[in-house]
Amino acid sequence: VTPNLDLSVDLCGVRLRTPVLAASGCFGFGREMAGWVDLAAIGGIVTKSVSLEPRRGRPTPRMAETPSGMLNAIGLQNPGVEAFCAGDLRFLADPGVALVEVNLSCPNVEHRGEVFATDPGAAAEVVAAVRRATGTPVLAKLTADVTDLVAVARAVVDAGADGLTLINTLLGMAVDTKRRRPRLAAVTGGLSGPAIRPVAVRCVWQVAQALPGVPIVGTGGVVSGEDAAEFLLVGATAVAVGTGSFVNPRAVVEVADGLERYLAAQGASCAAELPALFKAER
Amino acid sequence: MSPVRELCEVLERRRVGAYHALTLVAPGIAGGARPGQFVHVLAGEDRSFPLRRPFSIHRVERPGAALGSVEIVFDVVGAGTLALSRLRPHDVVDVLGPLGRPFDPPEEPAGCLLVGGGYGTAPLFFLATELRVRRCRVDFVIGAATAGRLLDAMEAKRLGHSLTVTTDDGSAGRRGLVTGPLPGLLAGTGAARVYACGPMPMLAAVSRVAAAAGVPCQVAVEEQMACGTGICFSCVLPVGDPAGGDGGAGPGPTRMARSCLEGPVFDGAAVAWAELEPVP
Repeated sequence: VTPNLDLSVDLCGVRLRTPVLAASGCFGFGREMAGWVDLAAIGGIVTKSVSLEPRRGRPTPRMAETPSGMLNAIGLQNPGVEAFCAGDLRFLADPGVALVEVNLSCPNVEHRGEVFATDPGAAAEVVAAVRRATGTPVLAKLTADVTDLVAVARAVVDAGADGLTLINTLLGMAVDTKRRRPRLAAVTGGLSGPAIRPVAVRCVWQVAQALPGVPIVGTGGVVSGEDAAEFLLVGATAVAVGTGSFVNPRAVVEVADGLERYLAAQGASCAAELPALFKAER
Repeated sequence: MSPVRELCEVLERRRVGAYHALTLVAPGIAGGARPGQFVHVLAGEDRSFPLRRPFSIHRVERPGAALGSVEIVFDVVGAGTLALSRLRPHDVVDVLGPLGRPFDPPEEPAGCLLVGGGYGTAPLFFLATELRVRRCRVDFVIGAATAGRLLDAMEAKRLGHSLTVTTDDGSAGRRGLVTGPLPGLLAGTGAARVYACGPMPMLAAVSRVAAAAGVPCQVAVEEQMACGTGICFSCVLPVGDPAGGDGGAGPGPTRMARSCLEGPVFDGAAVAWAELEPVP
């Protein structure tokens, strides 16, 4: 621990111990990781998406390794909100749910490519409904698979989102050439991992420029402290580690440790100082 | 025992018939590993961000006079196993383990029939060793496409009371599938348990034969996997209550169970084999 260095951040009025969260869909419901990570010591856990009814998910194969990343088509397998509240939430939620992330952008459900977050109107409608239902701060998770991300971001912020999570997986496809068929049973899937990090950093940069003051959680291929710093420098308040946890179950902890070393090396006393240190011109 | 992450030195890499065997110094994993569990191996750390590869544990040397090691067996089928096949002694690999639910040995000494296909036979040697210590009778049935793809028949002969070999092309043992001699062996040995590991269609067929004979059957499945720790939901397969089926056509209503956490060892009667995608 570096003296005079405070790793904690304020995200939508919620104080997080570190700016490094576990990303949705990449940390189960938290309980699975209790043997690997001190859950109370990390920035936060975004659970796997929970739907009203239980979802069985998609058939296998659900995963395909690709250059510097992977494709997945899990299809939001989850036990439904009732079972979640009776089970995993009780294990996790002490002192309670601090933030709600609305997944507007999973590419692996029906009507793929027509997710809420590809349409500013539909995305805003969903966020407004969530806003009416809860006083808890709301993050809207968006996709980069759009021509005008800023327009969608502006629409969900106007509809009441307190912050944004950028980005979800990118819609992709891989082919088994030997067997001449898609590698995923669902044909297409979401691309994640370091392969998408430059796209994610660009998205955070564009939205942070257009909507200054809107808290952003940057996610996409974060596997080291330097990766996290890229997002924070261009305007993210926090980052979420996703696919990195699949390879290194302690990635969420190690990214925060690496970020702390980075801040110390840069002479910063907290993560919130990073955007001011960023030089937009080369 | 809870799993750990270890940086493991390669002790030895050798050829076992058509396959490769890799012995890794892994005191933290070897101490508590049980037959049927697996290790999740990352070959090298490079900029291309490879995913880990799961392998069932073939052999364990418990920590004692030496540090403790685990051995895996694999076939070169893609980039990950190719990288593993090129490791040399003293190279270091990043390993998670022991992971998953192990085989459940019988409470009392009992006859056990161990059925393996191809390199899927690997965990059955570790299991046979444990069963022998528990004074169980162990009979082996191992099969493969050809004689060259049988895994360590000599070792099976040494560990088992009997060994039956089958090959698809008849180049060794009986021509045909491992399920061919199973009914006769179940009757002849009076086995009270069947343990199987190999390709999914083989596990489905072995489960059916065991169920028809009324013998409990545990299978270790091989599913494609990303995390190995229960968080990615890639390695699922449909399982249900074995008693919930309608007249032996499979279990009752199913759910998608993660083979890294609830498996890789499952009750063969709980898996809805008919719902699985056919493997070409």
